Amino acid sequence: MDELVLLGDEALALGAIDAGISSAYGYPGTPSSEIMEYILEHSEKSGDIFASWSSNEKTAYEEAIGVSFVGRRVLVTMKHVGLNVAADPFMNSALLDIKGGLVIAVADDPGMHSSQGEQDSRYFAAFARVMCFEPRNQQECYEMTREAFDISEKFHIPVMIRLVTRLAHSRAVVITSPARKPNILEKTDNTRGWMLLPALARRNWVSLLDRQTDFEKYSTGTDYNPLTINPDFREFGVITSGLGRNYYDEAKLELSSVPSHLHISVYPVPVDKIRKLAESVDKLVIIEEGCTFIEDYLRGYLPQAIEIAGKRDGSVPLTGELNPDNIRGVLGLSQREGLKTDIELPGRPPQLCQGCPHADTYAALNEARESFSNSIVTSDIGCYSLGALPPYNAIETIICMGASVGTAKGAAEAGFEPVTAVIGDSTFLHSGISPLVDAVACNTPMTLVILDNGTVAMTGGQQTIMPSSKLQLLIEGIGVDPAHIKTITPLKKYHAENVEIFKQEMNYKGISVIIALRECLETARKNKKSGGSK
Amino acid sequence: MKYDIILAGVGGQGVLSVAAGIATGAMLQGLKVRQSEVHGMAQRGGAVMSHLRISDIEIPGDLVGMGSADMILSMEPLEALRYLEYLKPDGRLVTAVESVVNIPDYPDRDEILAKAEATGAAVLVDAKLIAKEAGNMRSANMAMVGAASKFLPITQDKIEEAITGMFAQKGEEIVAQNIKAFRAGRG
Repeated sequence: MDELVLLGDEALALGAIDAGISSAYGYPGTPSSEIMEYILEHSEKSGDIFASWSSNEKTAYEEAIGVSFVGRRVLVTMKHVGLNVAADPFMNSALLDIKGGLVIAVADDPGMHSSQGEQDSRYFAAFARVMCFEPRNQQECYEMTREAFDISEKFHIPVMIRLVTRLAHSRAVVITSPARKPNILEKTDNTRGWMLLPALARRNWVSLLDRQTDFEKYSTGTDYNPLTINPDFREFGVITSGLGRNYYDEAKLELSSVPSHLHISVYPVPVDKIRKLAESVDKLVIIEEGCTFIEDYLRGYLPQAIEIAGKRDGSVPLTGELNPDNIRGVLGLSQREGLKTDIELPGRPPQLCQGCPHADTYAALNEARESFSNSIVTSDIGCYSLGALPPYNAIETIICMGASVGTAKGAAEAGFEPVTAVIGDSTFLHSGISPLVDAVACNTPMTLVILDNGTVAMTGGQQTIMPSSKLQLLIEGIGVDPAHIKTITPLKKYHAENVEIFKQEMNYKGISVIIALRECLETARKNKKSGGSK
Repeated sequence: MKYDIILAGVGGQGVLSVAAGIATGAMLQGLKVRQSEVHGMAQRGGAVMSHLRISDIEIPGDLVGMGSADMILSMEPLEALRYLEYLKPDGRLVTAVESVVNIPDYPDRDEILAKAEATGAAVLVDAKLIAKEAGNMRSANMAMVGAASKFLPITQDKIEEAITGMFAQKGEEIVAQNIKAFRAGRG
């Protein structure tokens, strides 16, 4: 038994290590990245776990399925929007006869601290009809991860652990317990449970539906969904989930009576306990982190026998994350006030680092665009998304990983010219290759700019899945005409030259690729510190 | 006993190392600590804020509520004002006086400092000067820890033990400079 100070992400990682995982896969994404980083560091030291970043969340998830197939435990990590990319293998894996424990850790980002959306991954778990654990502190991150592996093997399903930013990136003491040994290498003896031919998949689907009762029984019985009834106070009862519980636990000290309370951290929702709570109170207050997942189950569409206060009626904010203040109103507590100042404070948004190669690329691109009366620049997810802000104002779309390429292709084929797509090297390798293949197939008149800084910069400088030296070969291999693959060095001294190359390729009536090659400053600094690049 | 701190600054200023110094000191003293950090894109030169909660009993939440912070500890004066509504009426506003001007509409610094003073809660620290005198410009953060430490429920020796541990790998000279900055900040 050890006491360690860990981030929520790290506690989850250590839970997986102590649960006896043999492998871990993932794609970086705030706020999930530190899970894999912790496991990578562990595996570098002890060598007993195969841990690796993958090209994207889909490949990571499929690799994890393979580990389960041969009987071993595996963790796969991603951020919430990453699960959209991995949705295909995730949804279908619910129909497999999971052998080695398969746990997927998904970090949601309510409040969109570092994301383009607030989607709530609990819907995905329910959509796939698998179980989901939602820890509310670092200790639970550790314990529930261990439990999730046991449950995965017990019920033969993949199990999700849902984190949110504030837990992923908060540090507290975690008490660990003795590690479990990894599973032996042993291929499943039921390959029919792994082949989703329609005839077999139909059977697996029925089996999954049949097992729902077992999941519900577990979620009703577990101490992770604790229900306390106060028979002397009927005015309202409270349902919390995730971090909502923490804020509630602090606020309730100010209430004159302690309401009956159900905390839900294991899904499917414990229906019996909800009914029991509802019988004991006149009104239900619902405080859940994320979307209205629990609340919508309770509200339904038909008239209610009980009053419900939550996000749907505005008692709790429908968007953003919960905090100690925005849950007070629904509990009948007044807002607390702090000090004030009358000076207007300008915002201070994040910005590209001083001397960042992206800034020089944008300067050249912006100048090249001036020679066209109208132009489009689509872009993507990464540090270079900051090119949307002044002083650059260089890009016009930011949608999802890889979307810059396909969006540019569509706009070009609809007749607009010139169209340029700007994408980072890691995002290109994540999901920019397929749309480039499409563009080659149609010889679409567009220019793809790959900002190659040799790293996954925004999430903390993880290594790109393929080194810069291979990028040119890959693009040639796809079939882009080598005469229209240009590499530029984004530095001020090459500015004029770079502007000319941009202009030339933007005027070319076919697919062209410009690689803007210069190492990320942060990565260069880190490599220098650690004594040479990796 | 519960002591809530809002740490503020600009991405890259080392808000997390300030938090680490205080948090480690608190734990060495046997106190419970919860610390919420900012990672990812927000670190890139933008406004950064972190919650640090110290208590002698278990506290459930990672976040400090409005009007509940015992201290705002800021590496930058404009950022100190940004989170004022978190401060208790009798809380402390400990801030470095040196501005980080990386936005076009940065207000007049004297006005900012005057507004900080006007709260009646301000403790202004010339961390840059202290760091210079300590012989290491990068020790400004520990000067801020020092200035804050006078008000914290943590003894001086525990925080110094924490600082020593933080910089031990970098050699004795760096440790000595940071301890010197810490003591000068403490005054």
